Amino acid sequence: MGIFKTSILSFGAMILGSQLAHAETLTIATVNNDDMIVMQKLSAEWEKSSGNKLNWVVLEENVLRQRVTTDIATKGGQFDIVTIGALETPIWGKSGWLNQLDDLGDDYDYADLFPSVKNGLSADGKLYAVPFYAESSFTMYNTDLFEQAGLKMPEQPTWTQIAEFAEKLTDKSKEQYGICLRGKPGWGENMALITLMANVWGGTWFDNNWQPQLTSEPWKKAVNFYVDTMNKYGPPGATANGFNENQALFAAGHCGIWVDATSAAGRLYNKDTSKVVDKVGYAKGPGEVTDVGNGWFWAWALAIPSTSTKTDAAKSFVKWATSKDYVQLVAKTNGVVTSPPGTRKSTYTEEYLKAAPFAEMTQKAILTADPSKPTRDPVPYTGISFVIIPEYQGIGTTTGQAIAGALAGQSSVDDALQSAQDNAVEAMTQAGYIK
Amino acid sequence: MKKSRNSLIAGIIGWTSAVVMFFPIFWMVLTSFKSEIDAVVPSILFEPTLQSYVDVNSRANYFHYALNSLVESVGSTVLALIIGLPAAYACAFYPGKRTKDLLLWMLSTKMMPAVGVLVPMYLLFRDAGLLDTRIGLVILFTLSNLPIVIWMLYSFFKDVPTPILEAGRMDGARFWTQMRYILIPISLPGIASTALLSIILCWNEAFWSLNLSASQSGPLTAFIASFSSPEGLFWAKLSAASTLAVAPILIMGWITQRQLVRGLTFGAVK
Amino acid sequence: MAARSRDVRTGPLLAPAVGVLLFWMIVPLALTLWFSFQRYNLQNPLITGFAGITNYRLLLSNARLWISIFNTLVLVSSVLGITVVAGIIFAVVFDQDFPGRNIARLLVTAPFFIMPTVSALIWKNLLMHPVNGFFSYVSRWLGLPVVDWFVQAPMFSVIMIVAWQWIPFATLILVTAMQSLDREQLEAARMDGAKGFSMFWNITLPHLLRPISVVVMIECIFLLSVFAEILVTTSGGPGLATTNLSYFIYMRALLQWDVGGASAGGVIAIVLANIVAAFLIRTFAKNLERD
Repeated sequence: MGIFKTSILSFGAMILGSQLAHAETLTIATVNNDDMIVMQKLSAEWEKSSGNKLNWVVLEENVLRQRVTTDIATKGGQFDIVTIGALETPIWGKSGWLNQLDDLGDDYDYADLFPSVKNGLSADGKLYAVPFYAESSFTMYNTDLFEQAGLKMPEQPTWTQIAEFAEKLTDKSKEQYGICLRGKPGWGENMALITLMANVWGGTWFDNNWQPQLTSEPWKKAVNFYVDTMNKYGPPGATANGFNENQALFAAGHCGIWVDATSAAGRLYNKDTSKVVDKVGYAKGPGEVTDVGNGWFWAWALAIPSTSTKTDAAKSFVKWATSKDYVQLVAKTNGVVTSPPGTRKSTYTEEYLKAAPFAEMTQKAILTADPSKPTRDPVPYTGISFVIIPEYQGIGTTTGQAIAGALAGQSSVDDALQSAQDNAVEAMTQAGYIK
Repeated sequence: MKKSRNSLIAGIIGWTSAVVMFFPIFWMVLTSFKSEIDAVVPSILFEPTLQSYVDVNSRANYFHYALNSLVESVGSTVLALIIGLPAAYACAFYPGKRTKDLLLWMLSTKMMPAVGVLVPMYLLFRDAGLLDTRIGLVILFTLSNLPIVIWMLYSFFKDVPTPILEAGRMDGARFWTQMRYILIPISLPGIASTALLSIILCWNEAFWSLNLSASQSGPLTAFIASFSSPEGLFWAKLSAASTLAVAPILIMGWITQRQLVRGLTFGAVK
Repeated sequence: MAARSRDVRTGPLLAPAVGVLLFWMIVPLALTLWFSFQRYNLQNPLITGFAGITNYRLLLSNARLWISIFNTLVLVSSVLGITVVAGIIFAVVFDQDFPGRNIARLLVTAPFFIMPTVSALIWKNLLMHPVNGFFSYVSRWLGLPVVDWFVQAPMFSVIMIVAWQWIPFATLILVTAMQSLDREQLEAARMDGAKGFSMFWNITLPHLLRPISVVVMIECIFLLSVFAEILVTTSGGPGLATTNLSYFIYMRALLQWDVGGASAGGVIAIVLANIVAAFLIRTFAKNLERD
C-alpha cells in the first residue's frame, strides 16, 4: 500500500514537474510610486496565468537606485527585473549590464511606443528597457486662485511672467504660496527643474570640450531668479520639498503655480488625495531667453540585468506590465484617468483624452521633449534635465546641495555655483574628460 | 518634611521629562490610527481607524520581515555570546600585558565607517554566496557586535570575586565546568543584559541589513524603507509602518528592562 | 595576577574572537586600502587602473572633507554633552522616590529602542514639518512664527534627534549606577551640614565618573558614524550644514559611485576614529581601571 501510494505520488509529481518546468520565482525591484504599487497589486493576474511567482522589493527612489546600481555594477545577481530610469538605461545598456529587449514578439507592438520614449531607452539603436510610464514637465496652476486674482495663464509662459503671477497669488497669512518648486537636493530632484531653468536662460552644463559651465551668466541669472522667487513667493521648508512634497502641497490647495512632471496631473485627479481635482489648469513649461529645453524627458522602465538566469520568465513579465493590455487593465480596474501615461500611442484614446483634461498637454510635452537636442547652443551630451554620462549623478547631486544651501541662505548664489563648479571640474578631471 | 519636598520636585521633573521624551512615540502611535486626511491636522479628537494598518499589510508582508528581524538578531546574539564568553573570560581572569591593548583594539574594529566598505563587503558576500541570506546577515551582525559584547562581558566578569573562582579551579574544574557552574550563574544578569543590548542593536541596524538583503532576508529596517517617502498623503501609513517596526523591540525592552538594569548595576557601572 | 596567566593557556579561549575580528578588520581594510589607490567608478567600467595618490590628493584638497570633519566633531561633542548632562539630571531625579517613578522611567528610556530610521522619520514628518508638523501647529496656536527647523537650524535639529535617541542610554546606565551610591556616606555628609549642591558636587558626581566614562566611550563609537538620521532628514544639507564624515563618504560611494575616492575617505575616517579613540582612552581609561 505504502509503496503503491508513493509511486502514485511520484508519478503525479513527475507530471506536475513537467508541466511546471518553467515555473520560476523572480525577484523584482521597484520604486514606491503609486503606479508601481498598482502594478504590484495587479501582478497577481500575471502570476496566475503564467504560473510564475514574484518576490517584490519595493524601496524609496534613492535607496532603490543605490541598491540596484550596487548589485548590477558588481554583478551581484540579486534581481531578475529592475526598475530604472532614462538616465541609467543608455549607460548600462552600453556597458553590457542589461539584456536587450528587442525580441518580445510582434504582439508587443513596438510601433505603438512613442518614438522619443523608445529612443530614450535605447543605446546604439538597441532597446534595453521597456517603458512603464513616461513623463515630461509642464506648468500646472490653480484655476480658482487665478480667477480670484483676475489672472490668465498664456499657453507658453515665461519665467518672468510666472514670477509676476506668483507675486499676486501669494498670501502667506492664509498659507497660500504663489509658486511651489522643487528644493530638495538631488540630481533627480531640484536639479531636474534648475537644469530646465538654466536651459531656457540659454545655459548648458558643459561646453563642447566638456568644461563645466556652472559659473556662466545664464546659470547665475537662472539660479538667482530661482532663489529670489522661492524666497519671496515659495512655501516654508522649500529645501525639503521634492516632487512628492510639492504634490501634497498643491493637492491641498496651498500653491498657485507648480512647474513639475506631467505625471502629477493624473494623481491630482484622484478625489481621495486631492482637493483641487477640477481646479487645475495646464500650460507649457516656462521659457525665457529661449524655449529650447523647457520640458524634461523621464521614463520609469523595466529592465532585465544580464546576470539574471531566468530571462524567459522575466521577459514575459516585463512584456505583460508594459503592454497595451496592461494599460487597459488599469483603466478597467482603477479608472481610465489612472492609466500609466506617456508610453503608448494607443493609450491616448478619445475616451482617455475626454476623461483626462491634462492628457493632450501631456502628450504634446512628451512628443516635443527631445533629449538629443537639449539646449539652444550645441553640446556634446544628450538628456534635457540631466546629462547622460556616468559621472552626472554625482555632479548633479553635489550641485543640487550647493544650490539648496543658497536657497536656505547659507551661502550666496555665486559662492554656491563656484563651489559646484570646482567640484564638477574635479569630477570631470578624475574621469578623464578634461585633461 | 524636606524629603517630601524633594520627592515632589523630583516627581514634577521626572514626569515632565517622561512626557516630553515619550511624546514623539505617543504621537506616532496616535497618528497611525488616524485616516490620512485627519493625520495632517494635528488633532486629538478623531475617528480611529485601522485602515493604515490594512494598507501597509497589503503592500508588504509584515510577518515575513518581523520573523527575519527576530531570527537575525537572536541568532547573531547567540553566536556573539558563544565566541565572546571565552574571550571575555580569558581577558578578565588571566590578563596579560597586552590584554588592555587587545580589548581596545577589538573596540576599534567597530569604528570602520560602514559606507566606506560597502563595495568590498558586497563583493565578498557575492563570492561567498551570502547575499540576501539570513546566515549572511547573522554573520555580519555577529562580527559588528562582538566587540561590544566582549567588552561588556569583560566588565561583568571583573566584578566576580576571584576567591570563588579560585576555589573552583583548585578543585580541578576546567573552563567549561567553571563556566557552567560558577561563572554563568553568578553573572547571569550581566550576560542577560549584554544579550538584550546586542539584540536591540541588531534589530535597529539599518545600513547593512538594507544593502545586503533583497527579498528573502530583509528585516524590519528594509520593511520601513518602502514607506519612508511621501506619496501624496502618507503620514498615517508611515506611522502605522513605523509602529509595527518598533513595537516588538519596544515591548521586549520594557518587559526586560528590570533585567537590563540589574545587569548593568551588577557590572560595568558600579 | 600576571603570574597566573602562565598557569592557564588563554590562547584557545581568545583565538575564536581574535580570529574573526582580525578577519573582519583586515579583509575589508585591505580591500579598502587597495581600492583607495584605484580608479574605480561603479557606474563607469571604462575607468580603471592604478590611481597613485590621486584619490587622496583630490580628497584632502576638497574643502568639503574638512567641513564634514568639523561637522562630525560638532555633532559628536554636542550630543555627548547633552546626553551626559541630561543623564546625570535624570539619574538624580529618578533616585528620588515619587509616585509612578518606574513608569516614568520606562517612558524616558523608550526612545533607545526605536530604530534610527524610524525616529528620524517621526521627527521630520510628524513633529518638525513646517506645514503639517506638531511643532508648527503649537507655534501657530501660540501666535509665534513657525520655525522651519531643517532650514533655519539644521545642525541643531539633527543634534536634537540624535540626543533624543541617546539620552535614554546615558540615563539607563547612570540611574543604575546611582543605586550603588553609599547612602550612609550621604547621610553623614548631610549631618555635617553639606547642602544639596555641594553634596552632589563632592559625592554624587565623583561616584558617577566611571559610568560616565562608559557612556562616553560607547556613545562615541556610535556617534562618529551617525548616518541614517542625516540621510532621512536633511540629506547633509542645506549646503553642507549637516554633512558629517559618514555622509560625505556616502555621497562619494553611493551618489557619485566613486569607489576609489570613497575608499580613500574610509581610510581617512578610520584614522580620525583612531585619533578620537586614543584621545578618549587617555582621558578616560584611568577612570575605567580604577577599582
